[in-house]
Amino acid sequence: MTRLRLLFLAPSAVLLAVLLAAPIAIVAVSSALTRGTYGGLGLPWTIENYARLLDPLYAWILLRSAALAGAATLLCLLVGFPMALFLTRAGRRRNLCLCLVMLPFWTSFLVRTYAWMFLLRDTGLVNTVLQSVGLIRDPLPLLYNDGAVVLGLVYGYLPFMILPIYAALERLDPSLAEASADLGARPWTTVTLVLAPLAWPGILAGCLLVFIPCLGAYLTPDLLGGGKSVMVGNLVQNQFTNARDWPFGSAVSVALLALVMLLLLTLLRRRAEELL
Amino acid sequence: MSRPLALYAAGVYAFLHLPLVALGAFSFNSSRFTVWEGFSLEWYRALWRDPALAEAAWNSLHIALAATAVATVLGTLCAYGLWKRASGWFSATLYLSLVTPEIVMGISLLAFYQYLFRFLDVRLGMHTVILAHVVFCLAYVVLVVLARLRTLDPHLEEAAMDLGAGEFEAFRRVTLPLAMPGIGAAALLAFTISFDDYVITSLVAGVDSETLPMMIYAMARRGANPVVNAISSLIVFGLGALILVAERLRES
Repeated sequence: MTRLRLLFLAPSAVLLAVLLAAPIAIVAVSSALTRGTYGGLGLPWTIENYARLLDPLYAWILLRSAALAGAATLLCLLVGFPMALFLTRAGRRRNLCLCLVMLPFWTSFLVRTYAWMFLLRDTGLVNTVLQSVGLIRDPLPLLYNDGAVVLGLVYGYLPFMILPIYAALERLDPSLAEASADLGARPWTTVTLVLAPLAWPGILAGCLLVFIPCLGAYLTPDLLGGGKSVMVGNLVQNQFTNARDWPFGSAVSVALLALVMLLLLTLLRRRAEELL
Repeated sequence: MSRPLALYAAGVYAFLHLPLVALGAFSFNSSRFTVWEGFSLEWYRALWRDPALAEAAWNSLHIALAATAVATVLGTLCAYGLWKRASGWFSATLYLSLVTPEIVMGISLLAFYQYLFRFLDVRLGMHTVILAHVVFCLAYVVLVVLARLRTLDPHLEEAAMDLGAGEFEAFRRVTLPLAMPGIGAAALLAFTISFDDYVITSLVAGVDSETLPMMIYAMARRGANPVVNAISSLIVFGLGALILVAERLRES
């Protein structure tokens, strides 16, 4: 039994070791090296790349990323909680309702991001409609700003918030809400004082599941933020392609990955892994 | 259910679906601009005639099929191994592959390949993309297949073995057929994730392996173009259909 199990696990173990662990190890090593003359890597070992993260220019990008990811997470929570509540009360059509939440999520992330470019650009649908109704004369600058990035992130990761909260609410005894109502609580009070505290593990899981990918987002700030709204992901990409400073790019990657893993540990500590 | 909550949900559904509906609707617009001027299939004809798009679509299909095949086989075996006895290290590594930001996974694979190329005479191309896709699809396959295996009764295999089947035979003739719907769902999921990937692909692709998402990205950056709406609509419909089939399989 154990031999077959080991035989079955071996190919995946090799694959993960060679194409996941080894590449990350290479990046970790590069982050402690010095940039060579032609953009290559060289000795001596240094921690200067990490020290540069504290440079106001880069620290600002890190803070911005955290702030944008935080804003997106908060908006997802505000939009997603009532939606999760709706799903628990959707009755017979619950599966259909759930499917309609997940369906856009599973279809092309790139296309969904492009859809917002199509809506928000100067000649996009929103501006064209507003102009033809006569509400505005000149197009509003909707695309290529932080707002567009946060909107894109919310659009992209909203289901990650809805599902864990739904799963947590679903497990609660329906009579709890009824008892609260019988005792004279208004619906709003029932939600804030009974349901939300009991669904707390789901809320926390949802917040982390949204915050983690938003923090490392690359495509959304790249397409919807234009060159103006830079997040950590873009900084990493830029260091590896245009600036050709692999050691510094590696240090940024390691810092980002460390942060993500720290957040993940919080999530797993809470035994929320079954929610994935 | 309360009426305000239902109205609210309708609003959220509109937010989730209307952007894609609008995108699709304007792919049938006869004007190049975002003003409705009448129904036309012009942009679909244009994309049909574009040889570069055809090649990119072919590359994407080739990559997604190869990556799906490898990831599904490896992931199924892996899920079976983990079903028999959990492994903290293994699960942690799989979760790591799920949460590693795409850009970080992409540049680490690029750095790894560059390092490897010093010793081997190969270049970035289809194979480097396929290997990268296998890595990020694997965890999804394992999760979906494992979820299916957990609904099975482990005693079935024991019964098969009591009746004289070997370990491998019990796996192949009892567990594997029962897990098939889950494996099918996992394969469809892996295909959609692979077909759609832009960030990692663009970093490890070579000159001969431009994919459909890479072309869409380049065209989207250049400015408004109804052809992008047309390709996007086709992708959303194609991948959407696959996902619905996968859902069916998962619930069966």
